[in-house]
Amino acid sequence: MLSFEHLSKTYADGTRALSDINLTVHEGEIVALIGGSGCGKTTLLRLIAGLDRESAGRIRLDGETLTGPHPAVGIVFQEPRLLPWLSVFDNIAFGLAGLSASEKKQRVTHALEKTGLVEHADRWPRDLSGGQQQRVSIARAFVTNPKVLLLDEPFSALDAFTRASLHEHLLGLWEETRPTVVLVTHDVQEAVTLADRAVVMRPKPGRIFDELPLTLSRPRDRTGLPFETSVRRILTALDHSLKAPQEQPQRERDRQAAALWW
Amino acid sequence: MISSRESAVTGQATSSAWSSHEGAAALAAPTSTEKRRVFDWRILLGFFLPVAIALLWEGAVTFGLAEGRIVPPPSRIIATLSALAETGELWTHAWMTLWRVLVGFLIGALSGIVLGALSGSSQTLRQLLDPTLQALRAIPSIAWVPLFILWLGIFEASKVALIAVGVFFPVYLGIAGAILSVDRKLVEVGHVFRLSRVQLARRILLPAVLPEAVIALRSGLGLGFMFVVAAEFMGASEGLGYLLVDGQQMGKPDQILAAIIAFALLGKLADSLLVASTKPLVRWQDTVREQL
Repeated sequence: MLSFEHLSKTYADGTRALSDINLTVHEGEIVALIGGSGCGKTTLLRLIAGLDRESAGRIRLDGETLTGPHPAVGIVFQEPRLLPWLSVFDNIAFGLAGLSASEKKQRVTHALEKTGLVEHADRWPRDLSGGQQQRVSIARAFVTNPKVLLLDEPFSALDAFTRASLHEHLLGLWEETRPTVVLVTHDVQEAVTLADRAVVMRPKPGRIFDELPLTLSRPRDRTGLPFETSVRRILTALDHSLKAPQEQPQRERDRQAAALWW
Repeated sequence: MISSRESAVTGQATSSAWSSHEGAAALAAPTSTEKRRVFDWRILLGFFLPVAIALLWEGAVTFGLAEGRIVPPPSRIIATLSALAETGELWTHAWMTLWRVLVGFLIGALSGIVLGALSGSSQTLRQLLDPTLQALRAIPSIAWVPLFILWLGIFEASKVALIAVGVFFPVYLGIAGAILSVDRKLVEVGHVFRLSRVQLARRILLPAVLPEAVIALRSGLGLGFMFVVAAEFMGASEGLGYLLVDGQQMGKPDQILAAIIAFALLGKLADSLLVASTKPLVRWQDTVREQL
């Protein structure tokens, strides 16, 4: 279980990126953080990954307070961030330095199979397309079997077809070990496709505006009415988060309850 | 090879979403034989100008249009060069020069790498070292010559020291700059996988700076050859620089030109060796380097 308690982050220049974030993410849950730019989504992810330190409050993983990069936390960045001097195989194996060669090979091979990259194992990252590079990046995060996986808009630079296919690869990998996933996105469709819960954030300072459960059964039909309804609900919440700072999020929750009723 | 190519094709067929990318990449990347065919004639084109000028001058001297005493025709330069080679003089001089450059380069490059790495990786050390080194860099290296002769004598030590100074600065600047410009995003990948400082240096910083380090070493080597001439001007009895001075004092322009050609060949050879020996390390680079 991953929880944030009164989490705040103020940068050195006085920017209040996050203010009093309280949230609990259950084990194996996929949570989508969604919101306009500058609402601290990426900052929150960097805090969990241990790349930045929080100004106040704390992050706890199964009761343990996180104080830096943690072995059970993996991250996929917005860009693939592959090491250009390593082959695809070695890139995926980057975080497995402590394991025996055979164990390493077995895990990487499995990840390669799951992401459809087997025939590219010996190629350089420069020879891959953007979607393939991002798949390598996802595989690199998964091979260490993280308890928490952070995804920082990993599909935002890809075209719609590639993105849809990557969603499948991601869910395929997730099904195996069911890690807790925190997904940052500005794509509402993506949030509804992947997440169990959407957390809508609000900028200046970044804080949580509303939470919407997404209880659609998997695999999700992107053309169905429930999908459309969920998308519209999130869009409405986003709209309110940006426009009306004084409005009570509670009202949105009522409307959502009404939507669930029928 | 063939089987892996086949499996790649079937892989495309199963994951249809990417097949277009892979197809495009396959079309765009020419095979190595195709590349070679395209470049062949252009390489020959580079020979055109020097060969044409040499032939013109040779013709002018042969037909009495020019005397060729001050600017000897190519045939006489080649004759001088082969005469020097036959007596073994050329090899003695070339070897002496090469030895000086090599020792000076090793000393200069090693200290440049060490100090560059220190100043690139630690803010405190940079603030300690860099101002002094930058101030020293502002001194034209030749200005050290009188001092080096006083300190180290007129023999090898002062020559090697001058070359080392010449090599040091481009290497130092190149290495420090390369470390400072390593992509923060890749360093963060190292942080996420909790690499220690040493591991981070070995697994991310070192490979990341290699391409720029090679360039720094190349320019250092080039300067090494520049300074060996200066060093050999200041009193040497052996070396290609000595051949130059001797040619000037004895009025033998063909010997000067022969020594210049030997310098050019030697410099190019050393640079090519450096590039070839470091090529496996920077093979992964996504640049136009192959064309250079």
